[in-house]
Amino acid sequence: MSDREFLISEILTAKAPDHGQAALKRLAEIRRERIKRPVIYVGTGSCGIVAGADKTLQATRNYLSEKNIDAETVEVGCIGLCSAEPLLDVQLPGKSRISFRNIDESLVEPVLDDIFNGIVPQDYVLGQFFNPLHQAYQGVDDIGQLPFFKHQHRIVLANCGKIDPQNIADYIARGGYQTYLKCLSNYTAEKVCDIIDESGLRGRGGGGYPTGRKWKTAHNTVSDQKYLVCNAAESDPGAFMDRAVIEGDPHALLEGIAIAAYAIGATKTYIYIMADYQQAIRHLRTAIAQMKEYGLLGYNIFKSGIDLQINVVVSPGAFVCGEETALINSIQGKRAMPMPKPPHPAVEGLFRKPTVINNVETLSNVTYILKNGPQAFNSIGTATSKGTKVFAVTGKSAVTGLIEVEMGTTLKNLVFKIAGGIKDEKQFKALQIGGPSGSCVPEQQLSLPVDYESLWEAGAIMGSGGIVVMDENTCMVDMVKFFMDFLQQESCGKCIPCREGTRRIHEILENITRRPPSETGHEVLERFKGIMQLEGLSEVIRDTSLCGLGQTAPNPLVSAMKWFRDEFEEHIFDRRCKAGVCKELRVFYIEVDKCTGCVACLRKCPTNAIVGQPRQPHFIIEDKCIGCGICYDVCKFVAITIK
Amino acid sequence: MPIDIDVICSRYKKGSREALLPLLQEIQEEAGYLSEEAVVAVGRYVGLPSSKVYGISTFYDHFRFMPKGRYHLQVCGGTTCHIEGAVSLLREIEKLLKIRDGQVTRDGMFSLQVVNCMGACSKAPIIAINGEFHTVLSAGDLALLFDVIRKRA
Repeated sequence: MSDREFLISEILTAKAPDHGQAALKRLAEIRRERIKRPVIYVGTGSCGIVAGADKTLQATRNYLSEKNIDAETVEVGCIGLCSAEPLLDVQLPGKSRISFRNIDESLVEPVLDDIFNGIVPQDYVLGQFFNPLHQAYQGVDDIGQLPFFKHQHRIVLANCGKIDPQNIADYIARGGYQTYLKCLSNYTAEKVCDIIDESGLRGRGGGGYPTGRKWKTAHNTVSDQKYLVCNAAESDPGAFMDRAVIEGDPHALLEGIAIAAYAIGATKTYIYIMADYQQAIRHLRTAIAQMKEYGLLGYNIFKSGIDLQINVVVSPGAFVCGEETALINSIQGKRAMPMPKPPHPAVEGLFRKPTVINNVETLSNVTYILKNGPQAFNSIGTATSKGTKVFAVTGKSAVTGLIEVEMGTTLKNLVFKIAGGIKDEKQFKALQIGGPSGSCVPEQQLSLPVDYESLWEAGAIMGSGGIVVMDENTCMVDMVKFFMDFLQQESCGKCIPCREGTRRIHEILENITRRPPSETGHEVLERFKGIMQLEGLSEVIRDTSLCGLGQTAPNPLVSAMKWFRDEFEEHIFDRRCKAGVCKELRVFYIEVDKCTGCVACLRKCPTNAIVGQPRQPHFIIEDKCIGCGICYDVCKFVAITIK
Repeated sequence: MPIDIDVICSRYKKGSREALLPLLQEIQEEAGYLSEEAVVAVGRYVGLPSSKVYGISTFYDHFRFMPKGRYHLQVCGGTTCHIEGAVSLLREIEKLLKIRDGQVTRDGMFSLQVVNCMGACSKAPIIAINGEFHTVLSAGDLALLFDVIRKRA
């Protein structure tokens, strides 16, 4: 009996799931808990590939063929610990799976040599996965007890980095798709909607609208055709939660989609995914083909009378596609421009039919809820926000990666306990939560819990889950300028406040981070006029824009001005950037005792701002200096510093 | 590389608006960019004026209207890369190659594109050359890298 036949007859369609010893043994084999030959896992998610995981994989295969070792190599997704990539796990028969970090191609041979000879190369060990069936290594930590994993609560990411994402058998052997089939045979569609409603699951894409209510609206709307769209167009710069889920555990999402489609009565579903996510698209297509092979897609699935189709739509990319109505337009082959609501898509959406649009993370929670019951999910989190939230923590934190925490965890714990604080022992300054249209949170606000309402009251938003940690070397004005530049490029141009307003804010910020050619007349007037209008302009954009992009666009500016007003004032009045990021505001000076008078900088200075005799220390005339930094780059003696 | 637009079109339903974006994407994947002829031909097949097709395709960042260089440079424009100094890296590339975002060098060797987050934030700032990633580069490394590529070609 092939794996496929075995899984379908014994697991998926079995009336009474009472497995005999043989079946259990076989399941453990499929899960790779019982193995006959060594298994080597390499984390080849997109983040791993950038770090060189493809070379590590190649080196591993070469090693195995050279030494004539019969072993299996498995490509797994991202476990979430990006700063430890490339990750290489080794599982020897009877022993537990042990994980090594930062294994580039040159380290493959020494590490594998050691482990195959029974020595644990301590320098590279990350931890081991405990399993009662396996014999544990002495003196190696449990991977779940590392500070990074210990304080997390993983529901969505539970299998990421552990299972083979391109093999449906691995997923089914861990209980996958049983929940879907249980729904088809035991629950009515209303019941599924009720369970989701009771669980308190809310949209993870940013808005936080109750998912159950959305489903019920679509369920109760009468129509000959309904659609479900999974929004995987994650275009927030610096967020990659959805990509990691799709790359690492695509079937968890697909099962969620299948259940959601059943609940609302949709037979056609779309996954709208960014074109840049090549690997994620590949994994999705493979996974969908495997679902078909197992009879989980198509007509009359397992004789339940239910039809299901899943289509992958590749998005040509636009940030505004996060807005439901814009996404619908894009699938229909139009410009991704939002439309006024109502009618809400759940009543009239794609091709004018009822359409539910859910985020990847939302749908990945669905299976867990139906498997463990709404109470299991309900008991996690705070009064109004249930369950967990995945964050992509990047920037200046010691550890960067994917972190899934219970709702209600404070931001402080998230950054300092799990992500290990700030790297290089610098000072924490602020974090940006919610992506480019999110807000910055300063140190005094770090005790905020992760919760839709608490963040909202503090003037921040949950957003899709990007967190950027900033240290003392980050300039807040420059940060806001970066976000405004992004937003003004991504503004679709339909409504004027957003199109013109974001552009104006960006211009004003450009003005205050630039050294004006003259300090008199019109230039100065324009500069201060713009600054005086920043706050008013933000209000207008927020109040009059059509969609979420415009309404939240001034957030980074407003929050940064609230918490870091002194920094703005410093840029405006003193023309100084303390962090030294705003290039044109930098002032250089030469340290007399380090300067050898080599005249290298003097020759290169485009404005003749450097004076001095050969073999005598030079100095810089501040008024002439334009802050280009050429002298800083050419100085071989590190004599030039930024003031 | 000449491609047969009619063959690609025939895989999609004639006159269907939903086919527009996938069709354009497939042409771009095959040819590397959207030529004027491609836009006109697609417009005719889908039943839209070519002005409209061009309008929609310029709306999305994904489409390009110039052929790629032999070496296609992608610079990550994500938030983390920005904090870690992607801007100065980009300026350096612009200075070295004398092209800007979306342009191709005159000899057709290099093309430059700023892209959304590539998801390797822990290794920021990163650039990709023909899909191969390079991390933690200084200005000197860049000049050396371009020299090596030029010599190899």
